Amino acid sequence: MESEPRPGRARKPIGWSTIIIAALVAVSAGLVWRRDGTEGVLEILTHDLSLFGGILPRVLAGCLLGAFISEILPHEKVSRSLGPKSGLKGLLIGTAFGAILPGGPFTAYPVASALLAVGADFGATIAMVVSWTLIGYGRAVAWEIPIMGTDFTLWRIVISLPLPVLAGALGRFVYVRLYPKRESDEDAA
Amino acid sequence: MSAALLIDILLWGSVFGVGLIAFRRGPPVFKASLREGSMDFINIVPRIALGVIGSGYIAAIIPQEVITGWLGPDSGWLGVATAVVAGAATPGGPVIGFSIGTVALKSGGGVPQVVAYVVAWALFAFQRVILWEIPFMPARFVWFRCAVSVPFPFVAAAIAMVIGKP
Repeated sequence: MESEPRPGRARKPIGWSTIIIAALVAVSAGLVWRRDGTEGVLEILTHDLSLFGGILPRVLAGCLLGAFISEILPHEKVSRSLGPKSGLKGLLIGTAFGAILPGGPFTAYPVASALLAVGADFGATIAMVVSWTLIGYGRAVAWEIPIMGTDFTLWRIVISLPLPVLAGALGRFVYVRLYPKRESDEDAA
Repeated sequence: MSAALLIDILLWGSVFGVGLIAFRRGPPVFKASLREGSMDFINIVPRIALGVIGSGYIAAIIPQEVITGWLGPDSGWLGVATAVVAGAATPGGPVIGFSIGTVALKSGGGVPQVVAYVVAWALFAFQRVILWEIPFMPARFVWFRCAVSVPFPFVAAAIAMVIGKP
């Protein structure tokens, strides 16, 4: 494989989403402080800091996974099979990929982000993310079957089977109408 | 505990596997992606910190009973719509989400409503979106993905109404 220039995945350090979340957090922390006092605020803080420490290694693993995958995936092939013109087949590939992807959110989102960076379109990536969350076996086996029972879980998954493809198709349909000129250049900044 | 260990083994195993493939393409490729991944990590850490610590506070002001109350015996499409909002607003991880679903099923909640709840939770649970999806994905993608996903808990409920109970 020829070495292609890496697509930039430059991120703005602070975007609107971060600002909205920060505002929401500030308001919530204020409400907690009014209800439970400083002690309540500190209790949540220490609990969440230890949670944060625990997930950091997984975040690092997720970032490395995403970086390696976007480096080793052949870009032309990805944009052909998962790009804007990949049709139903692209949505089905995205769905299948999301369903078999192992791990949790710390693998699914970095991998989805890597696919986006190497030429998958919003439609196929939506199909993948929705498929991971709705029909992926990871959460079903670890949590849903033990808590909700096998019957409900399998039945719920059967109902969910068409949804990733439909969501991807709707995403693609809306995307080309919202951003008609960006159809060919996937700059997802 | 052992499930968490298994996940970590699987995760680092995958990192090792794709890292090995990258290394075989040549050390420069390997080094470049290692640097890229580390930079991503450094960029993402503050957002994850905000997500983890922040969603703890947001969760603390949404009592679980409120969510359970929303999943009452209210049947029909209004009940489905309430279930969708409840799914998105449910604080905490999968244990809480699925437990609320089970409680609703056992206390007389309609099956289509519970399906809508579980699907909406999977698609929109705010803590997962804030904590994982927004830090890792381009913000434009996340909002777009959420917007086009809105009809699908309703579609799932409709399918559940047509094909009946499990």
